Amino acid sequence: MSRELLSGNQAVGEAVRLARVEVVSAYPITPQTTIVEHIAEAIAKRRMNADYITVESEHSAMAACIGASLAGARTFTATSSHGLALMHEMLHWASGQRTPVVMANVNRALGPPWNIWVDHSDSMAQRDTGWIQIYAESNQEVLDTVLQAYRVAEDKRVMLPAMVMEDAFVLSHTYMPVDMPEQDVIDRFLPPYTPIQKIHPEMMELFGSFSPPDGAYMELRKDMDDAMNASFAVFKEAESDYAKLTGRPPLGLMEEYRTDGADVVMVALGSMAASARDSVDELRKEGKKVGLVRLRVFRPFPHDYVRALGERFGTIGILNRVVSFGSGGPVSTEMCSSLLSLPDPPKVASFIAGLGGRDFRPADISKLYGKLMDGKFKQEEWIGLKEGT
Amino acid sequence: MSKMTIPEIELLDGGHVACQGCGAALSMRLFLKGAGPDTALVIPACCWAVIASSMPNTCLRVPTVLSAFEAAAAVASGLKAGLRRKGEGDVVVAAFAGDGGTADIGIQALSGAAERSEDIIYVCYDNEAYMNTGIQRSGATPEGAWTTTTPKGLEKKTPKKDMPSIMVAHRIPYVATLNPAFAEDFVAKVKKAVSIKSGTRYLHILADCPTGWKHDPSQMVEVGRLATMSRAWPLYEVENGKYRITWEPGRPVPVADYVKLQGRFSNYTPADIESIQKSVDERWLNLKTLATPTASTA
Repeated sequence: MSRELLSGNQAVGEAVRLARVEVVSAYPITPQTTIVEHIAEAIAKRRMNADYITVESEHSAMAACIGASLAGARTFTATSSHGLALMHEMLHWASGQRTPVVMANVNRALGPPWNIWVDHSDSMAQRDTGWIQIYAESNQEVLDTVLQAYRVAEDKRVMLPAMVMEDAFVLSHTYMPVDMPEQDVIDRFLPPYTPIQKIHPEMMELFGSFSPPDGAYMELRKDMDDAMNASFAVFKEAESDYAKLTGRPPLGLMEEYRTDGADVVMVALGSMAASARDSVDELRKEGKKVGLVRLRVFRPFPHDYVRALGERFGTIGILNRVVSFGSGGPVSTEMCSSLLSLPDPPKVASFIAGLGGRDFRPADISKLYGKLMDGKFKQEEWIGLKEGT
Repeated sequence: MSKMTIPEIELLDGGHVACQGCGAALSMRLFLKGAGPDTALVIPACCWAVIASSMPNTCLRVPTVLSAFEAAAAVASGLKAGLRRKGEGDVVVAAFAGDGGTADIGIQALSGAAERSEDIIYVCYDNEAYMNTGIQRSGATPEGAWTTTTPKGLEKKTPKKDMPSIMVAHRIPYVATLNPAFAEDFVAKVKKAVSIKSGTRYLHILADCPTGWKHDPSQMVEVGRLATMSRAWPLYEVENGKYRITWEPGRPVPVADYVKLQGRFSNYTPADIESIQKSVDERWLNLKTLATPTASTA
């Protein structure tokens, strides 16, 4: 194991190299571009052996990954924001044709107005496409999660594509020390992809053909839903194996930080959790009983875990770096749907913050903890709006 | 003396659900005869996404990937790369798309694949409208032809998009026009496309749709013969930029003979037909210029 200073995007590129990906389909978009540049360089310098298809759009990037995956190759692409939106249709084809494509998505706001900074509106809009979604908090986690995503996606009990999220610039272009596992360790963790069936001249099969209302359509959708739910256990196994081989402890579907004895907890995704940690540390110094819960896996959604959380804490704040216009923050909506089944559900405060990269600092989060502790909060609140705009 | 040039192999089974007299069905049958069993197909949204039959059945004796409307060339690019990685690089990968999936919604992915010189065969079976959705105009619909979105009073005023020329402009190794009513010429072109082992090869088939063209299904071959005998659909190939007319009518028939069999042209006035004839003659002369020296006359 060696330690290197890597940007989030470089961490993705190194994970793709270590995963021995065979076909990469690439199209540039800020702030993802340095991922596909890193991979191109690795192939050019013979550090990596893969076919590199420089497609003319993100739609084709995903289409080419699906084609290659159906032939039995391990595939990768990366995108962000409008690129992910353009892919939307093919995301359904990837999951529906049960291709374990792995993709990195650099979370970036959608226009208009044009904005290249972080928020989660791009990936949240794709939550119903049948993709596993994992949100990373650090560059180390970016590298580890991409490798784990292949293990989970290619597992015969799952066979669904997976999307690994890192926040624009905060992770993608920020350098952090990353422990690099050795190739032989990763080879043990992630053996070559062996598909259940693949395109082969001797095989006579239609992939993705027509299925009427009384055909198999609905059963195939149920099978995807079952596979998505089964991926919880597969993900835990993968994390556990990864921990044994690399010595880094598993983080779980949800990671808790200083929740012991906490009166209130805040839920966050991605790099916002890093700011919230600082806030928790400050408040704990002052004797305030606050904790942080970081939601790592958003699809499948950990309903059972959220319910358990609701039984332990009376007040939960939820940070949404995204808005579903007319329906508040989608993280809150999903959590509330789990919590509603509790006999005595907790009080929930939904915060919408940090859209389009709007600055959101530990001091801002501390104020929100204050609201939670005082019990003075609205059901939904926009945080950090400029006055008089 | 005639010699059988068309392989006997049948890779299109019975049980397909095409309409009677479907030019696309005959085109697939002939294409697979020429391409052979070591072929994998990519079919986007089009009639063939339905013709191949519903899950879990298929009438195709080759592995087939269905995909989204605009994605055929990109899926085929990825499939070829994947097969190459898996030691199956000799498999012929062919996209088989309609005119909407080629000239309209799929042109971006096709242009990208051709520019990258992907080792695929791209086949457009052109029935000159969106037939699977019920006869709506596409970029490949001829000027003035009736469709449900170009009814009388809202006629299409622009000519058919010239896809073969667009593909020639990509400087790919092989572009050809095909017509299932000229089966020997058709299969010879498929075989040539297969024999060229690198780069994108583009085959553009005029595939009759009796349902949308409004004529009796029994007339499919007759209408197809007239399309080429009138020079409305000339048969040629462009190999590394060099044009060659592959079948030339000894004495061309008037375009009116081709037009009058089809209900979709019933709005045409004599003046319209005269104008279409003029346009066909001009395009033929242009083709002849491109194809000098000319091929032998049949």
